Amino acid sequence: MSNKVLETKGLSKYFYDPIKFQVLKEISMSVNHGEFVSIVGKSGCGKSTLLYLLSTMDTEYEGELFIHEELITGKSDKELAVIRNEKIGFVFQFHYLLSEYNVLKNVMLPGMKLGKLSDAEIEHNAMEHLKTLDMEDQALKMPNQLSGGQKQRVAIARALINNPLIIMGDEPTGNLDKKNSDMVFDIFNQLTKEHNQTLLIVTHDHDFANRTNRIVTMEDGKII
Amino acid sequence: MNFRLILNIAVHLLRARLKQTVVAAVGVTFGIAMFITLVSFMNGMNDLLDGLMLNRTPHVRLYNEIKPSEEQPISLSEKYKNNTNFISSIKPKDRGKAIYNSQVIIKNLKADSRVIDVAPKITEPVFFNSGTIEISGVINGVDVAAEENLFQLSDYIVEGKISDLKQNNSIIIGKGLADKMLLIPGDIIKITSAKGNLASLKIVGISQVGIADIDDKTSYTSLNTAQKLMGESTNYVTDIQVKLFDITTAPALAKEFKTKFDLDTIDYQTTNSQFETGSTIRSIISYAVGIVLLIVAGFGIYNILNMMIFEKMDSIAILKATGFSGSDVKWIFISLSLIIGITGGVFGLFFGYIFSSIIDALPFNTASLPTVKTYPINYNPIFYVIGISFALLTTAVAGLFPALKASKVDPVEIIRGK
Ligand SMILES: Nc1ncnc2c1ncn2[C@@H]1O[C@H](COP(=O)(O)OP(=O)(O)O)[C@@H](O)[C@H]1O
Ligand SMILES: [Mg+2]
Repeated sequence: MSNKVLETKGLSKYFYDPIKFQVLKEISMSVNHGEFVSIVGKSGCGKSTLLYLLSTMDTEYEGELFIHEELITGKSDKELAVIRNEKIGFVFQFHYLLSEYNVLKNVMLPGMKLGKLSDAEIEHNAMEHLKTLDMEDQALKMPNQLSGGQKQRVAIARALINNPLIIMGDEPTGNLDKKNSDMVFDIFNQLTKEHNQTLLIVTHDHDFANRTNRIVTMEDGKII
Repeated sequence: MNFRLILNIAVHLLRARLKQTVVAAVGVTFGIAMFITLVSFMNGMNDLLDGLMLNRTPHVRLYNEIKPSEEQPISLSEKYKNNTNFISSIKPKDRGKAIYNSQVIIKNLKADSRVIDVAPKITEPVFFNSGTIEISGVINGVDVAAEENLFQLSDYIVEGKISDLKQNNSIIIGKGLADKMLLIPGDIIKITSAKGNLASLKIVGISQVGIADIDDKTSYTSLNTAQKLMGESTNYVTDIQVKLFDITTAPALAKEFKTKFDLDTIDYQTTNSQFETGSTIRSIISYAVGIVLLIVAGFGIYNILNMMIFEKMDSIAILKATGFSGSDVKWIFISLSLIIGITGGVFGLFFGYIFSSIIDALPFNTASLPTVKTYPINYNPIFYVIGISFALLTTAVAGLFPALKASKVDPVEIIRGK
């Protein structure tokens, strides 16, 4: 198996509303296994749009997307859902926890969807992840009982539950103060160092970016 | 697809909106309960009225009608064979009302496997005399055992016993008749037949079927007594009444018996055609009301699910982002709807049964139906099957559109919006 976890070939995307305009222009890039990559750029340059394409949630684009050398472009909604479930972990700026479930169940849910392990095993793994994030004593709380930083840590645990090929983040520290931002960075850093986890994180925080392995800079829909 | 997980998510979403869920389910419960109650009651009513007729009307009746011969003498003539003949002033031929060879026919019918039983009968117009007044009426000479077996005659005997008719020269008269002539059991009534024969019979009972027309005119006596009154032999019978195992075959069998025995026949359906219409309309009304109530409940569910989807956009987006497909999301919302439908429906069946039982216990006394004490209810399980099927169907349809909408939610749009 090759070392490339993620690769794009000539990705372009247009928005048609209110006028036709090209957000992404022929983007070709790749992310290797174990890399901690950050994407930086001015607000509005297309970072989020790119991440949505890479995450397989947005399928309206030109060009090709490969995950683990496998062509993703053109797959059905169902196949893409399976890929997201199994191979990609997400952390968004907003935490997006399900308010009906407690912390532990929120973390377990993608694992239960994957259905490869028993509920007991998934629960064990979820507890382990919460432990490494120093959240095990919050496991039975509901999301609305947590602080912003805690919620983001739960979201990270949820992203980790299926041992994804890559974790993508769209400004995961955007809503957090300096102290919590640092903590999230430390968690990411620890994941690459100790577990060889591949990470692709969009950020506008230059401190954060400077501490990653590689910085991809975008401008006007292009990588420079 | 992992249905256990999908169901689990559906239940959690419902729990978060418990109040609205309960309101939606109560809508379904109400619709189904009303449907069950209405259908059970209407069908009970139909059965009662059907029974009223069925109990009194033979499925097939064989008799001799007074009518002109179909073959007039001129049609036998070779000479006028090819002409169109106009004959005026034809009179019916008097073959008598007696059924010729009645014993053989009865034997034959009793041997038929499609026939439950046969009851011979004599129906004759008579005059009842009381002092100087004469009241015209009808005397029915019946085979007491057979008549009781087929038509539960004793249900309509309000005084006296049907078996008393086995005594010689006894009679049971209609309540209307008894009231008019101020007669009570034990009195003697004088009867004149159409041919002028006179007889004095002892009243042993009073009958009441609940239809004034019948109660004012009818009387019952044994076959023997009637034959004696007519001055006829013991073979004399004017009607042969047949009860069948399958009432739907009555029209066909009536036709068959007509040619086989060369008699006039009439079937239950022809006798009671206007009656059937009433039953059908009652059924249609109860189904229509039930369906309307369920459609209203369906709109309730539709609204709640739409609201829920609107509120849960974020959850739908994150489910999709973490690997649930559009069809998973669709099934989550269809399950939501079905959970509401099933719980609402099951409670509906339960309350429908309770309401039916309450109606069943309510006193319903009417002079026209002496044997009925409470409102009639038909507890046919098929109504419950139809009810729950309706509930599932309407909730599934009501849930389908919101579910499809949810499955098409674009997570990118939601996540970008934050
Ligand atoms: N749904 C949309 N329709 C039209 N234009 C959009 C839409 N979403 C984003 N854009 C535009 O695309 C550009 C890139 O947006 P985005 O990728 O969110 O930027 P970034 O994340 O780098 O700040 C912006 O100019 C934005 O206004
Ligand atoms: Mg952005």
